[in-house]
Amino acid sequence: MNADFTAEELEFQKEVQDFLKAEFPQDIKHKVDNGIKLEKDDFVRWQKILYKKGWVAPNWPEEYGGTGWSPTQKYIFALEMGLYGAMEPVAFGVKMVAPVIYSYGNEEQKKRFLPDILQSNVWWCQGYSEPNAGSDLASLKTTAVREGDHYIVNGTKTWNTLGQYADWIFCLVRTDNTVKKQEGISFLLIDMKTPGIKLSPIVLLDGEPEVNEVHFDNVKVPVENLVGEENKGWTYAKVLLTHERTNIAQVPNSKLKLQKLRKLAASTPDGFGGTLLDNPVFIKKLAEAEIQVQALEFAELRTLAAVSVGKAPGPESSILKIVGTEATQFIDELYMEVAAYHSLPHVPEQFTEGFDGEHVGNGSLAASANTYFNNRKKSIYGGSNEIQKNIISKAVLGL
Amino acid sequence: MDFSYSDEQQMLQDSVQKFVKGQYDFDTRKKLIESDRGFSEDYWNLFAELGWLTVPFNEEDGGFGGSAVDLMVVMEEFGKGMVVEPFLATAVLSGGLISELGNEAQKQALLGAIMEGKLQLATAYAEADSRYNLASVATTASKSADGYVLSGDKVVVFNGPAADKLLVVARTSGDKFDRDGISVFIVDADAAGVSARAYTAVDGHRAAELHLNDVKVPADALLGAEGKALPALERVVDRVTLAVSAEAVGALACLLQKTVEYAKTRKQFGVAIGTFQALQHRMADMFVECELARSIVIMAAMKLDSSATAADKTKAVAAAKSRVGRAMRLVGQEAVQIHGGIAVTDELDVGHYFKRVTTIEHLFGDTDYQTMRYAAL
Repeated sequence: MNADFTAEELEFQKEVQDFLKAEFPQDIKHKVDNGIKLEKDDFVRWQKILYKKGWVAPNWPEEYGGTGWSPTQKYIFALEMGLYGAMEPVAFGVKMVAPVIYSYGNEEQKKRFLPDILQSNVWWCQGYSEPNAGSDLASLKTTAVREGDHYIVNGTKTWNTLGQYADWIFCLVRTDNTVKKQEGISFLLIDMKTPGIKLSPIVLLDGEPEVNEVHFDNVKVPVENLVGEENKGWTYAKVLLTHERTNIAQVPNSKLKLQKLRKLAASTPDGFGGTLLDNPVFIKKLAEAEIQVQALEFAELRTLAAVSVGKAPGPESSILKIVGTEATQFIDELYMEVAAYHSLPHVPEQFTEGFDGEHVGNGSLAASANTYFNNRKKSIYGGSNEIQKNIISKAVLGL
Repeated sequence: MDFSYSDEQQMLQDSVQKFVKGQYDFDTRKKLIESDRGFSEDYWNLFAELGWLTVPFNEEDGGFGGSAVDLMVVMEEFGKGMVVEPFLATAVLSGGLISELGNEAQKQALLGAIMEGKLQLATAYAEADSRYNLASVATTASKSADGYVLSGDKVVVFNGPAADKLLVVARTSGDKFDRDGISVFIVDADAAGVSARAYTAVDGHRAAELHLNDVKVPADALLGAEGKALPALERVVDRVTLAVSAEAVGALACLLQKTVEYAKTRKQFGVAIGTFQALQHRMADMFVECELARSIVIMAAMKLDSSATAADKTKAVAAAKSRVGRAMRLVGQEAVQIHGGIAVTDELDVGHYFKRVTTIEHLFGDTDYQTMRYAAL
């Protein structure tokens, strides 16, 4: 049993750290450190830097632009990125649609789409959930009817994250109504500029229009935008979901948040002349959060070790989704508790670039309530934690 | 043993309930929150007409009686509507301080105006470093020839933006954490040296950061004896804590009811999600928490109305806020989770109830603070 990094791995870790220090743009770092809202350009700019280094898509096969790293190297990379506060590439292109394209798309599609994803020339968004197809995704009703060399798409998708930035959307659509629901679904790529597509923003609890409903009204999609075979989309969708679940545990992010939290607690008065680190109830909870993240980290490392000897990540990855999101949400609660009264002001303008008015509250702690509210989505999306428990019950425990 | 309301209390409940059901739907509230004032002057006047603004006050002061149970009745119904009118800030907290500390002239000048709906007040007690300790006061009031001069910063002053007058907790003597030396002053909101940074809180209520820079007030701005205000402040904040706990009980009842209704109608996998036993048990847990929260708030309200010692009263309030705090977290989070994505949107009322109960959790001492306060008594 050995969880140490080898000399080569330590060298690699140093290389990643040096790269981040040298190349992660200072202005973006400033925004991340101070909780200032990131714009589309911040993501694109950073991803292009990662692309130049060849590090934008560690999980892709090398022939398409992957890094060829070992699972441990991938882990080190994700860890250092998270601890430095550097954003992961936006998932919809790199982590979601690309694996489907390189696994099931034809040569033409690979040439057409993968380089633009790698180079961040095209922003992708997701068309999976529908108002009546959430946890029961396979009951989706958006239809694609073949007419000559086009599909005509009609229906509504929801929980479409940052579609306002997107050039393309990947969609699950129903191409056959006469068979079992999972067997009539296809995977379609659609240019957002096609006539008949309309976005309606959905404002979330923190006041931000982060997601959209996407309406398709007789949208004409060329048949060459079908990925793989017609009616096999459900199989591809499930593959996509396993890729989405890599890094789902968010260990580096939670570690960074805990480090910051400990520092904040050390400088936050307890109201009685000490700091919050003198408060036994608070330090107990902080310790519990740290312990949870350590257990989670080793659960993730064990999964990685299994993958590195050739085993597929199994339904155990549901553990990472459940505990990862619970850990994040618990840490969010602690941030609010540290901020106390100053968790309550809703002053979003002070978290935009260039704000020069009176800042309410202590730095980014003043956004702690909104972060808490917004992150309640984490136990709901990506297969809700209830769905993950169903997976564990059935696929792991055989119940 | 009798837990039923008196006829008067029943009438009070009916009248608040009727208002919330008939005139305070979710869209109306949304418009009020987005308006300049942040609440409705018309409704405020209506509250006055219906006598609700007299509820926190005792009969000597011209009030309805001032019992904690009466207050609980009103607040629970307000909680169901997520009412944003500054009943707590103006009538219960500020009005309570004037009632406890004020001399006849001050009561004459202010209490009638509050009950008639003609005066808005805010109490500035919390500071950036104070957390929930009311005795932690760094704002100073130094004696001048004809009064006092106030300096310091106060945070998250609810109803600060609309207040005509501010009740400012300041230190006239002693060190930052001394129980002795704390005084309360009545300050005009537009007095020279007062500046306010107004904003909306996450729950839609208005608040402000308050800066006092050499604010001169006359000697008769002092409320009560100099340096002796803390016990009264603690008593009043305990009443307000009971009041928000009762408000939470109302909000939690709505969260439970809406979640159960949704679970009966929302279909996934061909059936209503309420047929899943995993969710049934969680809604049963929510129900249990709601009932315990209601029970302990009733206990605390009755204790406040009894002849129990001051320490027992405080202990009862700490117990109530602690237990209600636990219910707010569990019921709030579960309501959102069982609704799924729709509850993290601004469109559905569930998310707004969640935000309000989360706010209440962090007012006047969070759950851990109240639990430890209980343990120390």
